Amino acid sequence: MKTGDLVSCTLGGETVEAIYITERDGMAVLKLSSGYNIGLPPTDVRFIGDAQERKAEEPLIIQDSTLPELSIISTGGTIASRVDYRTGAVTSRSTAEEIIRAIPRMASVGQYRTRQPFSILSENMKPSMWIELARTIYAEIEAGVRGVIITHGTDTMAYSASAVSFMLDTPVPVIFVGSQRSADRPSSDNAMNALCSAAAASADLGEVAICMHGTEHDDFCALHRATRVRKMHTSRRDAFQSIGTEPIATITYPELAVSPAPHAIQRGAQEPVLNDTMEERCALFSYYPGMDPAILDSYASYRGVVIAGTGLGHVGTTLMDGIRQLVRNQTTVVMTTQCLSGRVCDRVYDTGRDLLRAGVIEGEDMLPETALVKLMWVLGQTDEPGEIRKLMQESQKGEIVRRSAYGL
Amino acid sequence: MDYEALGLMAGIEIHQQLDTIEKLFCRCPTSLRNIEERNGEIRRYLRATVSEMGIIDRAAEEEMKQMRLFSYYTYDTTCLVENDDEPPTPLNPEALLITLTIAKLLSMKPIPQVHVMRKMVIDGSNTTGFQRTALVAMNGVAGGDCRIESICLEEEAAQRVTGNTFSLDRLGIPLVEITTAPCMHTPEEVKKTAEYIGMILRSTRRVKRGIGTIRQDVNISIRDGARVEIKGVQELDLIPEVVSREVLRQVNLLAIREELLSRGAEVPDDGINVSDLFASTQSKVLKKAPCIMACVLKGFAGIVGREIQPGRRLGSEMSDYAKKCGVGGIFHTDELPAYGVTEEEVAGLRKRTGANEGDCVILVSGTEEQASCAIRLALRRAGMAFVGVPEETRKMLPEGNSAYMRPLPGAARMYPETDVLPVEISREMMDAIELPELLTDIAARFSSELGIDSALARHIAYSDRLLTFEKAITAGIKPSLAARTLISTIRELSRDGVDCGEVPDESIIELLTRVGHGEVAKEAVPEILRTLAGGAPLEEAIQSVGPTFSVDDLESLIDGIVAERKDFISERGMAALGPVMGIVMKEVRGRIDGQIVADVLKQSIKKMI
Ligand SMILES: [Zn+2]
Repeated sequence: MKTGDLVSCTLGGETVEAIYITERDGMAVLKLSSGYNIGLPPTDVRFIGDAQERKAEEPLIIQDSTLPELSIISTGGTIASRVDYRTGAVTSRSTAEEIIRAIPRMASVGQYRTRQPFSILSENMKPSMWIELARTIYAEIEAGVRGVIITHGTDTMAYSASAVSFMLDTPVPVIFVGSQRSADRPSSDNAMNALCSAAAASADLGEVAICMHGTEHDDFCALHRATRVRKMHTSRRDAFQSIGTEPIATITYPELAVSPAPHAIQRGAQEPVLNDTMEERCALFSYYPGMDPAILDSYASYRGVVIAGTGLGHVGTTLMDGIRQLVRNQTTVVMTTQCLSGRVCDRVYDTGRDLLRAGVIEGEDMLPETALVKLMWVLGQTDEPGEIRKLMQESQKGEIVRRSAYGL
Repeated sequence: MDYEALGLMAGIEIHQQLDTIEKLFCRCPTSLRNIEERNGEIRRYLRATVSEMGIIDRAAEEEMKQMRLFSYYTYDTTCLVENDDEPPTPLNPEALLITLTIAKLLSMKPIPQVHVMRKMVIDGSNTTGFQRTALVAMNGVAGGDCRIESICLEEEAAQRVTGNTFSLDRLGIPLVEITTAPCMHTPEEVKKTAEYIGMILRSTRRVKRGIGTIRQDVNISIRDGARVEIKGVQELDLIPEVVSREVLRQVNLLAIREELLSRGAEVPDDGINVSDLFASTQSKVLKKAPCIMACVLKGFAGIVGREIQPGRRLGSEMSDYAKKCGVGGIFHTDELPAYGVTEEEVAGLRKRTGANEGDCVILVSGTEEQASCAIRLALRRAGMAFVGVPEETRKMLPEGNSAYMRPLPGAARMYPETDVLPVEISREMMDAIELPELLTDIAARFSSELGIDSALARHIAYSDRLLTFEKAITAGIKPSLAARTLISTIRELSRDGVDCGEVPDESIIELLTRVGHGEVAKEAVPEILRTLAGGAPLEEAIQSVGPTFSVDDLESLIDGIVAERKDFISERGMAALGPVMGIVMKEVRGRIDGQIVADVLKQSIKKMI
């Protein structure tokens, strides 16, 4: 039997007709005419007729050619979806027409062209896909779009955004957007985030950013610099937070008024350039009390390692030999902090000074994940140790804030 | 009315909150709060999502007509699940067990594997935009021969505070929904079935009690009429009235249909703007309106104003529809001139719209958007008059009338709640459920075993102090004393504004035990309960009413009083009992049983005469 087939079964002594949905964990799932799904042993289900094919009626979408042209690149994150109430199936929508049908107001913000380089769950993202994504975005910018929107699952969105940020100099806004609550629910944050991202993509901005809910309310979205943002909650709408810096803009809802912050980079401030080599043999680990130094042996073949150390950027002295050995073998070791907020300083305590003597690079106030992505990119650009150190310690895309301002 | 001849078919849906420790899909308590206790507020929009058919579900579409911002109050007893900011926990097993117990009491067959669904509701009462619900069992019997179709376990919606503001304390409390077949044929039968199911629910002793914890929806249709669902009937006694008034409405609508067809009546597609006609009107409503729309209903004269329920006309039904666009209602020429609209204005209106004698003109006012929306919806309802009775969900009005709420929801409003895993219900699980004693059986037992009057026995069985009563009997308290205290005394106190709900069972039982031992006068019970209700501990409450009088103390007190009134007593003999009793009682009221006082006094007087 296949989804949609007409079946019958006996429930409490009565014969009931239903629609066959699927078989899961040894149970047949049926949908009753009341709309409820039930599960029962497959042997209790009798086939009575084939699924009736129903072609969905879809209104024609005509885009307004006077509006700014925006590119929507979908990677698998669901910004729009459709529910088949007959079978209960939820499908994600990614063509321009489908997105406008799901979020009609999008049509009044821009006209859209869409690309889908791949479609994956964001936890399955890989550096090779970051490269593919960066190339796709670059091509869209070269094609002359006014802004680019990338729909992305939220789990690894911050990694992808910072990877694109390092690979790409962009004259136009490149806006990553997603939703924390599934797009099929009427309360989803998808529509507001999508609309705000379209407004941001047509605004006078010129950098890579993440656009998500600024608060628990449906009142404004915050635009976060790609290299300074982190998903700080598993499920809340306002999970994305700029760490150690202010968001680069806010977009009010439902007005969609974009207010850039003074430190935002303006549209056209840089020429489009793509530096799309990444060294994938890099790793990130968090130090914890009692960590077995032997774990470091498994990083012997890596070209770079980022450590999320304790406090100001420390590890236990038992790890010191292993770290010296890594550096000796040409592995770049960068220290960040598992505190996430604040700057690494390995000059205060002996352990820190030992790390510096061993050749560890202080990662300033970089987020550990950003430092990892940056290290992959830096090692993709140069093999020269002095150059690597210099690039790692200088801000390339706003990932390092030179002063720790009070009040953030 | 001859309901059988009219072909009345009625069914009910009963919604009952369960008294569980935690909510259905989160670990919050199921307690209601005062809105003053809120600790925050969140503001959200809801959007209908596009379905496979390319259209939004019709009930959802109706709600969408007004894109609204909703506000939700949060409490220290609500969490991110209520905020729709965290996935739900697994289905609460306690709630499922209670539901299965009810299903077993109603001889229903459980579903082998229960799936939680999302039922679209975008009126703001659910932060998600859907209500989580699961079909748990089917096919049972309510008492006699009324078939129960299904029992569902679902989450309670948030409570509307006002307008678009909701309170999240109630959201997520487990709720069972019991649906009967349309197997009832008279208004009284509907009430009887509702009563029976209510008794079954309370027999589990695991359901919430009090206002708003149980709600009845009634489905009603007559031959040639249509199925209409009336929501929110809270009082059992109102059910027969609601049913008979709906039958009346349907009968009248069918008569209107016949008349319209015979008159060759017509309804246009749209209205026209007549704002200029009312440029200098004295009508308060029309004066402030930026836009006034009108249209003529050919052949409707006298019909729009015709009563279909006491105090409600066909025009009221059209108003209900128009109000969905945010206007206050409609005016129609069957009721004009009135409301400050003059005869000249009506004449002008008739002329502009080309209305003849037999026609009725309707009028709406509001912003341009509201008015054109409202006139179209009023016309839509006018058009339905040719069908007779439209299928609708309606809300009950006081006295038993009803007003339009929204179209009947289609079946296509559900899809799976993928965040909650299905739950299998095994035969062993069902077999292990011990059925509670029905309240009707408990009442019969009290009556026969404890010798309590059958009306009082029923009262105790159905009261929320049943458990206290049972504990009292186990503790050896006389049934009559326990019954009187728990039913009459507590009720009298509550009329006095004293709520004994928070007085612990243990205090009441200890108090009654002491009464039984003669340590506390039973006259003192109301005063002591009043003090207990104020939060005082038992000892303190007893002391505050005054120390108890021992029989010895009483005897010496009475001897003294009797001695002082020696002459009076000798003169009157036993007839002195009444007046002297009054003097004694003044001293000892509430401190010793009046019957004991009377006995001792009688002895003392006897000795003297
Ligand atoms: Zn909760």
